[in-house]
Amino acid sequence: MIINHPLLGPRDASEFVYLGDASLINRPDPDAQNAAELFHTYSYERANPAGEHRELWYHEQGDRSWLVVTRNTLTHAITEVEMARDVALKQGRDR
Amino acid sequence: MRYSALQILKQGLTGNKGWKPVWREPEPKPAYDIIIIGGGGHGLATAYYLAREFGMTNIAVLEKGWIGSGNVGRNTTIIRSNYMLPGNQPFYEQSLKLWEGLEQDFNYNAMISQRSILNLFHSDPQRDAFVRRANAMILSGADAELATADDLRRELPFLDFDNARFPIKGGLFQRRGGTVRHDAVAWGFARGADMRGVDIIQNCEVTGFEINNGVCSGVKTTRGPIRASKIAVCVAGSSGRVMAQAGMRLPIETHVLQAFVTEGLKPVLPGVITFGAGHFYVSQSDKGGLVFGGDIDGYNSYAQRGNLPVVEDVAEGGMAIMPMIGRARLLRSWGGVMDMSMDGSPFIDKTDIDGLYFNGGWCYGGFKATPASGFCYAHLLAHDRPHPNATEFRLDRFKRGHIIDEKGVGAQPNLH
Repeated sequence: MIINHPLLGPRDASEFVYLGDASLINRPDPDAQNAAELFHTYSYERANPAGEHRELWYHEQGDRSWLVVTRNTLTHAITEVEMARDVALKQGRDR
Repeated sequence: MRYSALQILKQGLTGNKGWKPVWREPEPKPAYDIIIIGGGGHGLATAYYLAREFGMTNIAVLEKGWIGSGNVGRNTTIIRSNYMLPGNQPFYEQSLKLWEGLEQDFNYNAMISQRSILNLFHSDPQRDAFVRRANAMILSGADAELATADDLRRELPFLDFDNARFPIKGGLFQRRGGTVRHDAVAWGFARGADMRGVDIIQNCEVTGFEINNGVCSGVKTTRGPIRASKIAVCVAGSSGRVMAQAGMRLPIETHVLQAFVTEGLKPVLPGVITFGAGHFYVSQSDKGGLVFGGDIDGYNSYAQRGNLPVVEDVAEGGMAIMPMIGRARLLRSWGGVMDMSMDGSPFIDKTDIDGLYFNGGWCYGGFKATPASGFCYAHLLAHDRPHPNATEFRLDRFKRGHIIDEKGVGAQPNLH
């Protein structure tokens, strides 16, 4: 698989480390009333779709940036690659 | 028909005209007591033990394709019980004991061969860890035997003992481990279940569940709706897809694992050899091919095929520990999809939906568990309480903090 890095261009997937579902960006509020429940869901439960999947890849052998890659789990075809930082900023986070 | 040497003689003398199909191909009935979704090894074993041990026969096994077309025909056929944690080891030892009596039990030749499994170690701390594991195995009633490097030099002279990065310091044998003809396991369990009245319905895909007020009362299929008071999901690899139809999210990611086989060779490997440090394990099939594999590819995939970096990694592992493998030509490689759970251990449990049961999360280790998984799942379905050896395989164990993490890497499925 080739991941088209937004800054570095096409890079082989073996340069990256895979973390999992991109929803891991959205860490729950540790001060919430039901924080234990929220963190259980966050840490252990996954949508695990057969089809389009947004996921986190870390460019360990490159510029060490986190990417959000949209990839089809049935065909391995990659349709979109974004910087995870841009995704977080777009969601209204400050970094 | 009971298979025996006498039967072969009789059929041989009468032109082999008396052999019957090994299972029927019934039309689905409108209702059953229990529906098992998934006609793989575990689903068929569940049906077999429900009929044989628990006297329940009004059962349908629904299979999307043909039976045994999934992971039971894609694995590398190894059986063993060399786990360590109390939630796991008694279960896997139960499974190995069931394997030992299986062919007589279901009257089918599964070519079970207890040719031993060896885990290599390369350092003093790793030796200590293996001694601890061996003791845990012995406590559960399994066998374990520590071998020194000299023992191994005599038994397996072709290994690269003086490897610069991973010199071989010894190994942990389980002599009762070995290999099985995996397709015959599916066929044997199917035949045994069918003989006792279980309907095995192939080419019947489940497309939805009938769930009202938290009670599951049936399934929708490509061959019409079927009702049952108990629905047992048993589709490891596709658990995410199937359980999404019931609106459930699972502590599972689906990953792809590749396997490889070389051209047929004369006997060179006496048993199974695993080189964990180099992500490589190998055995030799009865047909002569070296069957080997390594790690999962490491990203979510339902594709049943992997990518080249892992092929290269596995080949490098093989060349590192067993340089002679470089003389063999690779014949085939293939991929299967695994339920990778959040702690590397499986689930056999009731769900929060009444009447809906779940068996899955077997990671890359489901084949060896087939008989015990079927037995324990059948026990749960028949008695509505878990078998004593499967009490830890609960869906809510993460919430309670009772994870079974053999490798100790946490909620990171691609590291288990």
